[in-house]
Amino acid sequence: MKLTLKIWRQSGPTAEGAIHTYQLDDVSPDMSFLEMLDVLNEQLNDQGEEPVAFDSDCREGICGMCGLMINGEAHGPEVTTTCQLHMRSFTDGETITIEPWRSDAFPVVKDLVVDRGAFDRIIQAGGYVSVNTGSAPEAHSVPVPKDDADRAFNVATCIGCGACVAACPNGSASLFMGAKVTHLGLLPQGQPERDERVVNMVAQHDHEGFGGCTNIGACTAACPKEIPLDVISQLNKDLRTAIKHGH
Amino acid sequence: MKGARASRTTIALKLGMAVSGILFLGFVLAHMYGNLKAFAGHDAFNEYAEHLREIGEPMLPHEGLLWILRVGLIAALVVHVYCAVVLWRRAARARGTHYVMKKHTGATRASLMMRWGGVTILLFLIWHLLNFTIGKVNVQGGATNDPYNLLVDTFDVWWLTLIYIVAMLALGAHLHHGIWSAAQTLGWTGTAAKRQRAKTVGFVIALIVTVGFSLVPLAVLAGIITK
Repeated sequence: MKLTLKIWRQSGPTAEGAIHTYQLDDVSPDMSFLEMLDVLNEQLNDQGEEPVAFDSDCREGICGMCGLMINGEAHGPEVTTTCQLHMRSFTDGETITIEPWRSDAFPVVKDLVVDRGAFDRIIQAGGYVSVNTGSAPEAHSVPVPKDDADRAFNVATCIGCGACVAACPNGSASLFMGAKVTHLGLLPQGQPERDERVVNMVAQHDHEGFGGCTNIGACTAACPKEIPLDVISQLNKDLRTAIKHGH
Repeated sequence: MKGARASRTTIALKLGMAVSGILFLGFVLAHMYGNLKAFAGHDAFNEYAEHLREIGEPMLPHEGLLWILRVGLIAALVVHVYCAVVLWRRAARARGTHYVMKKHTGATRASLMMRWGGVTILLFLIWHLLNFTIGKVNVQGGATNDPYNLLVDTFDVWWLTLIYIVAMLALGAHLHHGIWSAAQTLGWTGTAAKRQRAKTVGFVIALIVTVGFSLVPLAVLAGIITK
């Protein structure tokens, strides 16, 4: 495959960025998207140019590091992470535009790399349960209904990649917060801190500069883990309940 | 965040929009019912208009209930517009740098038109109040103290009918997304089935409102409703 790549290049956090165009020949349809970028970087190295900086880690779709905006879609045209996207999803001769996540809460570090530390701070604000550590408790000592356990597990699959924020026209992180609030809110261990959790997470979210949700649904369409929009309803319900409880 | 208050969050602003929006919806449905009285003729329509001013008498003064509703609606409008402006500015700041290329996968057109659609409805509302309530403008120069005749005189003018139809399409689009969005904001759509139900209800009500309000102007223009 021959490709024309239009890639956002920015040498540092405060530097002015711009789209640069590159030609890449001999791309195999079986390459992953990141392997294609690896090939581009080898080519750039050979030409003595600075390689394109992009994030990646596990390359098996479970760590959430590799988010890229590809042709205007977070993680590209398939429902998966960028590392699990393959070049067979594109056509020979295609022009592909690659940009970093655009959110003022995710500042660009370099080229396509953004700092998603805001997500860590939201989790630190309340996305946890406080338990005494020690030996593991007997698994059946706290019964959890099967449906709740399944649903909690499904929404706990969020890998914090930030695609929801990147896709949202408002730059909101509601799907990310909703996934965590729903996950912990479904389990007995999550109940004691339930009100403080939602209030502190949403307050941190607002403080980081994310936008408000308008229930458009672009987040869930972009989510590689298919977190459903229901979790935002749960998030809103938990916050409303916290208001009722005087928080 | 130490000392964070739930009532100071973006979700609290969204709750403000949802609750004020539901008040508007109740008003809009009642308003539509009143408009359809035009099909019952001159006397029925004007009697209905007069009766609105007499509800609750003598417990309430003349136009008493009407003013209670007006104050409530103005308060809802202030809340709705205030929350919308704050959230709009927040959203603009949240993405200071725009994408070179952006697709709106998973978004309905109605959901992306909420803000400018809302501005359209607000501008229409100002004209509408000047037309029928505050100013009572009769572009044909006829009498303005007879609600039914003012209605017929207004919608006999094709471009006025067009303005109203466009506004009702904007209102329909706003409700199509707004109703389900309010349900989601209030936390009533916690499952896929409930979400689908809320979206269906939103679409059906939006359709009823748009068609229901458009019938009278179109009927006047078509000569079905005459003086």
